[in-house]
Amino acid sequence: MTTTEPRIIPMGVALNEAMDIAMGLDEKVFLLGEDIAEPSGGVYKITKGLSTKYGTHRVRKTPISEAAIIGAAVGAAIAGYKPVAEIMIMDFIAVCLDQITNHAAKIRYMSGGQTTVPMVIRTSAGAGRQFGAQHSEMLEAWAVHTPGLKVVVPSNPADAKGLLISSIFDPDPVLFVEPMLMYWDPQYACDVPVGDNRIPLGKANIVREGKDVTVISYGKQVHDAVKAADILAAEGVSVEVIDLRTLVPLDEATVLASVSKTKRAVVVHEAVTRCGFGAELSSRIHEELFGTLSAPVARVGGQNTPVPYAKNLETAFVPQVADIVAAIKSLNK
Amino acid sequence: MATTNRPDSPDRETLVQMYEIQNKIKTTDERFRSMLTSGQIQLIYYSPRGQECISAGYAVHLRPDDYVVTIYRGLHDHLAKGVPMRELWAEFLGRSTGTCKGKGGPMHITHPESGLVVTTGIVGSGIPIANGFGLASQLAGTDQVTVVNFGDGASNIGAFHEGMNMAAVWKLPVIFVCQNNLYGEHTPMSMSTGVEYISERAAAYGMPGVTVNGNDPVAMWHAAGEAIARARAGEGPTLIEARTYRFYGHLMGDAMEYMPKEERKAAMAADPVPAFRAWLLENGHATEAQLAEIEDKIVAMVDDAVEFAMNSPEPSLDELYTDVYEEITK
Ligand SMILES: Cc1ncc(C[n+]2csc(CCOP(=O)(O)OP(=O)(O)O)c2C)c(N)n1
Ligand SMILES: [Mg+2]
Repeated sequence: MTTTEPRIIPMGVALNEAMDIAMGLDEKVFLLGEDIAEPSGGVYKITKGLSTKYGTHRVRKTPISEAAIIGAAVGAAIAGYKPVAEIMIMDFIAVCLDQITNHAAKIRYMSGGQTTVPMVIRTSAGAGRQFGAQHSEMLEAWAVHTPGLKVVVPSNPADAKGLLISSIFDPDPVLFVEPMLMYWDPQYACDVPVGDNRIPLGKANIVREGKDVTVISYGKQVHDAVKAADILAAEGVSVEVIDLRTLVPLDEATVLASVSKTKRAVVVHEAVTRCGFGAELSSRIHEELFGTLSAPVARVGGQNTPVPYAKNLETAFVPQVADIVAAIKSLNK
Repeated sequence: MATTNRPDSPDRETLVQMYEIQNKIKTTDERFRSMLTSGQIQLIYYSPRGQECISAGYAVHLRPDDYVVTIYRGLHDHLAKGVPMRELWAEFLGRSTGTCKGKGGPMHITHPESGLVVTTGIVGSGIPIANGFGLASQLAGTDQVTVVNFGDGASNIGAFHEGMNMAAVWKLPVIFVCQNNLYGEHTPMSMSTGVEYISERAAAYGMPGVTVNGNDPVAMWHAAGEAIARARAGEGPTLIEARTYRFYGHLMGDAMEYMPKEERKAAMAADPVPAFRAWLLENGHATEAQLAEIEDKIVAMVDDAVEFAMNSPEPSLDELYTDVYEEITK
């Protein structure tokens, strides 16, 4: 299945490979989205070369019409195709939310299982580039709150590739959230196996083992959690870091086993803290482990504000390594 | 639709005023681009260069109490409607003295005193909001009008179609200005749009639609004047498709590999701003000294604004939490 030669590549390339592999394996897989065909290959170049290789009938450049993009993906998915729709930036899913939540998510259920919607919505997300309030949000909680959708947020190129292939062949609609800052930044590049290295949805990754406290995160913040763990290791605190990889399905077993061991947990994400995924996670941990915890679960997340433009405010909005360190310390008091 | 008369030709004062606005936009844009290129400033920048005549052409018909709604590529509309240069620069640079305290940024310039009421980064979304301004004027019985600007690409999103229909049904005093620069991001209009002229779409909603050369200031002035007069008279909305060209691609740093080199070269060779300047002089509408004085004044204004913005402080960290609601709300 896979040959393994170590290759350090950025997430942008890994995602491209995943789509390439899926399209090569199954002619029912096709891509649609704004600017995704050549010569552009997508505004972030994630689909570079694919329209040349597979043709513009399978790598379809669309008008700026998000509702029509997702609607077409829903219909084609019901009809037996495996569409991968790109919504350029996550904030724009607001424009096509009806197609996502009322249709993609519910059609299997409403039809009593007769019709299904095996599609992927890929979207880039996250703050840090001074794109302002309408181009910087992490909105995964909207999707998690909608039964019928699966939600994936990779934290590194290898996972991005493996999870995207799995998502494309998953029988249900998947919202696949790509942290924008990780696409091409070499500091996030990693060894990515060649070939079809699928990673199953619903399997968290213990990024680092520890015994005093569990930090649970996903996406770009996993890296911050590891940095916080490094800082605290020097102070004698042993931090376990779990990368959820997928929010739905959620690998509760891995989370609960870890927190049962450490008895302390911090949940970290970039999205606004209020009603963010951390609230659900914290609640589940409390429900399952209440009597055994040494401290209440702490949450670290974005501030409860829109994402501001000015650099200093944007930085203050986004949770930082120091915030994670402080949250962990607060549990150890 | 011939219920209002075509406005007379623009007088000398109006012609010079249009040139002044165009030059202000061009000079400001050139300064932004040179400071970005030299690394003095860093921001996401959507150049309006090439589209100056459209904003100037409608703005000279507007009163301060008329409303303008625009998009991320909106610097030309902001300046034409009179957003002050200093506050504009400060907002682009994310400073506390900016129009929006540095919290909105270039994609969300807002200056109600000038009538620049909404700048959106979401393609098409300004259109229904403009209807709301139109409705407010209609309900209040004023003769204010609203000009909403958007691109060719925006005419393919649902909000455009819903908004156009509602404006026609309610006879709202709204002028839909589609600034057709032939591209939406990296995609040429021909690959995304089923009609040759976006103005054709107006018929489907029961409103007048015209295509005008947006780089011809006098033609633009006529088209805008007619539409604005109709709207003021309570005769309803108009769609104006103003044909133009983006000189510098979608955003600063765009490799523009999808734009044919010859096409871009030709568009830039026909730069409408110097062309209008030459036309004004040839036809005796202005003197060299008069235009040079305007240009010098604008350079000084930009110098002053840059200095003001660069020396302004960042917003204080407390500002992160204000303006989410009227009061800070947990
Ligand atoms: C709903 C939505 N979809 C996609 C985008 C990304 N985007 C920003 S500008 C743009 C192109 C718009 O083209 P056009 O309407 O022609 O305006 P122009 O930029 O040419 O002035 C796109 C696709 C967005 N901002 N909003
Ligand atoms: Mg355009």
